[in-house]
This record gives sequence, C-alpha cells and structure tokens, in this order.
Amino acid sequence: MKTLVRSREFWLAVIIAVMIVATNFRSPGFASPGNLASIFNDTAILLILALGQMTVILTRSIDLSMASNLALTGMIVALINAAYPAIPVPALMVLAAFCGVVLGAFNGALVWLLGIPAIVVTLGTLTIYRGLIFLIAGGQWVNADAMSSSFVQLTRTDLLGLPLLSWYAIVVAAGFFLLMTRTSVGRSIYAIGVNPTASIYAGIDVGRTKFVAFCLSGMLSGFCGYLWVSRYVIGSVEVAKGYELTIVAACVIGGISIAGGVGTVVGAVLGALFLGVINSALPVINISPFWQMAISGAAIILAVVLNARGEKRGGRVILRQAESAS
Amino acid sequence: MTDTTHEARHIPDRIDTPLRAAIFSWPVLLLVVAIALFVLNSFASPYFLSPWSLSDATFNFTEKAIIALAMALLIISGEIDLSVASIIALASTMMGLALQLGVGTPGLVAIGIVTGLFCGVFNGFLVTRLGLPSIVVTIGTMSFFRGISFIVLGDQAFKGYPASFDFFGQGYVWWVVSFEFVLFLVCAVIYYVLLHRTNFGRHVFVIGNNPMAARFSGVRVERVKFFLFCLTGLMSGIAAVLLTSRLASTRPSIALGWELEVVTMVVLGGVSILGGSGSIQGVVLAAFIMGLVTFGLGLLNVPGIVMSIFIGTLLIFVIALPIVFRMLRERRS
Repeated sequence: MKTLVRSREFWLAVIIAVMIVATNFRSPGFASPGNLASIFNDTAILLILALGQMTVILTRSIDLSMASNLALTGMIVALINAAYPAIPVPALMVLAAFCGVVLGAFNGALVWLLGIPAIVVTLGTLTIYRGLIFLIAGGQWVNADAMSSSFVQLTRTDLLGLPLLSWYAIVVAAGFFLLMTRTSVGRSIYAIGVNPTASIYAGIDVGRTKFVAFCLSGMLSGFCGYLWVSRYVIGSVEVAKGYELTIVAACVIGGISIAGGVGTVVGAVLGALFLGVINSALPVINISPFWQMAISGAAIILAVVLNARGEKRGGRVILRQAESAS
Repeated sequence: MTDTTHEARHIPDRIDTPLRAAIFSWPVLLLVVAIALFVLNSFASPYFLSPWSLSDATFNFTEKAIIALAMALLIISGEIDLSVASIIALASTMMGLALQLGVGTPGLVAIGIVTGLFCGVFNGFLVTRLGLPSIVVTIGTMSFFRGISFIVLGDQAFKGYPASFDFFGQGYVWWVVSFEFVLFLVCAVIYYVLLHRTNFGRHVFVIGNNPMAARFSGVRVERVKFFLFCLTGLMSGIAAVLLTSRLASTRPSIALGWELEVVTMVVLGGVSILGGSGSIQGVVLAAFIMGLVTFGLGLLNVPGIVMSIFIGTLLIFVIALPIVFRMLRERRS
C-alpha cells in the first residue's frame, strides 16, 4: 500500500481522475461510462504507440521514426486493400505488423551493428519512411470509397460494448505488461537501461536487446498504421505527421525516464490517457482546441520537473521496486 | 543517447595535422561532396548557373543555417534544443502582436530577437538550474512555445508588415547578394572564432567530452551551457525576424518541422551527436550541401518530399560510412 501511494503511476491516475471529475462538474455526462469509453477509444492508438516507444526509451534509445513507420505501413495496407479487396483484412493486419517489424529492424540493425546513436538513425528514417509514402503512392490519397467495408469495420465493430479498436489496445497493453515483467526479454530491456556494463557481465547482449526493442516498437507502429488508416479512413503522406513527439510526450508524462531503465507499462498507458483526457475535456469546458498544444507542452515540462524530483529522492526505491516486480 | 560515460578522448593542446589526416578530414570530405553537387547540378539543369537562381538557392537554407551555428555549439557541449522551430513561431507571433499595436520596424526586430533570447533563457534555466535532460525539456517547450502561438492566432494570420521590414528577408546588400546570406556569413565567422579560437570554445569541447573533468578543471559547466541555450534562442529569434520578413506574414504553423532539419544539418556537418567534437566549417559546408541538394533537385522538378528521402539517406550514409570503414580496417589488422 505504501509503495503504491508513493509510486508516480498512482499520482498520475489520481490526477487523471480529478480532471475527469472536475470536467464532469462543468459538463455533466463527461464521466459517464459511454463517454469514458469513447475517450479511451480515441486514445487507443496513442496508447499502443506509447508502449512501443517505452520499450525503446527503456534501453536508453529513442525512436523518432514511429509516426513515419505508421504512415508508411498504413499506406501499404490501404493500397493493397484498394487493389485487392478480396484479401482478408486480418491478413492485412498481420502484414502491417510485419512491415512495421522490417522498418523497425532497419533502425535496430543500424543501432546494433554500426553503433550509430538511435536519435540520428531514427531522425534519418523519419524523413526516409515518409518520403517513401510519396513514392509508392505517387502522391495520391487513398480515400474511404477505395477501402473495403471490412477494412473500415474491423476497428469499429462492437464487442462487449467496446469498439474493437479499444480491445486491440487492451490486448497489446496486457501483452506488454507480461512481456516486460514476466519474461527474460523484458528483464534484459530494463537491465541494459539501468546499467549496460553490468548487463554485459550478466551475459546480456546489449546491442541485440536494443535491436529487439526497435523491432517491437516497429511492430506496434506498423500495426497502428492499419488502425489509423482504418479509423480515420484516409491514407496520405500527411498521416500522423509530427506525431512522433506526441508519443514521446505520453511516455515522459507517464514517468518513463529518458535516461533509460525507469518506467512501467502502467505509466505509459496512463501517460497516453492523460493526453487523451485533456484533448476531450478542452472542447467540453469551452476552451478553444488551439490551447491543446500549449497545455500538453506545459504538462510535459511539469512531468519532467516532478519526475526529476522523484528520482532524486527515491531513485533506489524505484530500482528495487522494478527488481521485485520480476 | 543520454549515455554520459564516453570513453576518454585524447585532447591535445595543439592538433598536429599531417597532410593525410587533413585530406581525409570531415570538412574536406564535405567540401568534395559540395563541389560534386555543384558540378552535377550545373550539368543537370541549364538554369542552375545563373547568378539569380544561385542567389535564390541561398534563401532555402540561410535561416536554418543561422540556427545550426548555435545548435552546433549546443550539441558539442552534449545538450540539444528541439524547440528552435517553435521559438521562431513564438517570436514571429510576438512581432505580429506588436505590429497590431503599431510598433515600427526597429521595434519589431527587437521584439523578435528578445523573444527568442527569452525562450533560450527559459530552456537554459530548466536544463541547467533544475538539472533536467535537455531532450525532454525542449520537446516540452517545443509544444509549449508553438502552443502559445496557436492560442494567440488560432487559424488566423498576422499580415501587413511595413514595407521597410521587408529588407531583412527579401533585401539585397549588393547585386544578387542577399542580406540574409551576408548575415549568415558574418555569423559563421563569429561562431568560428568563438568555437575554435577562444577559451570559451575550448570549454565547450571539454564539457562535451567529459563534464565531470571539466568541472574539476574549474570550467563553469552549468553557466556555459546556460549561455549556449541563450545563444540558440537568440539565433532562433534572428531567424524568426528573417523568415517573418521573407514570408511577410505570421501563421502558428510557421517553420514547422525545422528543428529536425537543423539537427540534420549539424550532424551532417560532422558534429558528434554525443557531444565533444565538431567544427563550424563542417556545419557551414553541410548547410551549403543541403541547400544545393534541395535547390538542384527542385530545378529538376523533384517534389520536396522526395528530396527529404535524399537528405535522410545522406544523414545516415555519412555517419555510417566512416564506421564501416573503421570496422573493415580493424577486421583486416
């Protein structure tokens, strides 16, 4: 109980709850289950992407190419769907994840085999992947009428009261929770973030673990490529432009340390939800959506300041907690 | 990325450069690439070699290059500023607000530059006083600064800048030589002297190589870094004046995505993203290379988005190439 109250995930959850309740005073019905579900559904893609970014940041790297990867795989599956509507959509979803892994593996290979800093590699692939969209699509858009109905419906169909999109996010989050806390891959990812030198002595291949982290973030980006195109029914060069930094923002707000090794799946999920709740609350309380950017910026700065204080006071505790979680 | 435990590097007082090392140095390599691009471009398009089109080409990169000069020092010191493009947006918005209040051209310029400086102070305070990682802080201020522009402007734009204000972004000092270009060259010389010929510049390198050793040697690490953030803010403010004058309008989406182009320019110029090494000559040449590539491909009707593939590939390629060579050499011996 004491550790729960002291954890930053707990306080972030409290802040989110307070925001929801406060908005509900202004506009009754905001906290209704139906509206909360729709906020969750709106945040689902950001949530999945934040989990991918988290795995990379934990290894002391960063993946700035996620949004471009998303847009490129989204365009690929949209074009395939438009050309061959007979191909079943679940196969396209697998293909999207596979394309994402390939693009992520390219990042990871450069980081692993050549030792180029991740920020440089992904800065490069950020522009390359987005440029490739233009090349493969010839500057065209893929519109709603070109997509098959099942392609569009597989994120919208209701299952037990929630759209499938929300279920994908829940399944991915649950899967990542198990991956990060119950498997040796997850342990290695934390280990090389906390202390790369000690990890080598413990027999962990630091480079290969980073490679795996990039493949994971690539896989989720690719999968979200399908989700994004299906949800917003548009495939174009402009899809998710500039979104890479929103993903990093969700992670930072969720308490994932940019220095690596510190952060949890719950934190990433809450960080994404925090941004999602703000985005839906602003129009409700009659604040122009143009305020959104400044507010999320202020939230990031505040989160970093608070995280740094937390780390100074209780760095040891956090590490022990992470260890005992395995 | 935030790995501070670099291997110890040898920093001699005076670097003896044997001819071979000088020929294979990064700036020389960049110079060769730049000349090759220049020659290729003049063959590829008959319009390239006209003085006016070359002058137009400089407008594509001078504003970014002016920021890149300060960013180079910041990255050498081991920090980064991703908020530069948002500083441009905020500074431009403040100029637009002042314009509504009837401020004249000198006042507008002053407000643009001071806003930039103030943003730099804000970043520097958060990073050096509160000890926060600069990459996250500046991702935050990147949203924050541009967010303020969005609050002020929404989907509107400021227009109607006075005619005398046009000079900074559109004026020519002599024949085809634009004011922007001259300003860039002057700044480049100043930054060259600052980084390579002063104690301050030496401190920047020392901090980037080993902040701990720098502190024990009596270098005021935090103060130097704070000053570098202020400089980067100041240069972004100057770039804001130039860009606002060139476009003669302010929208909140002004200079969107420039931060990554500026960082690309700096890294392409041979500055190590981990800090500790780099040169102004390299950054200036990288600016010319990026300008030549975008302009040359533009003359050939290659769309901007395809050029970005080229720039991205160039970035990875120039960094990977020396590493691959070194690996091959090590394998052989």
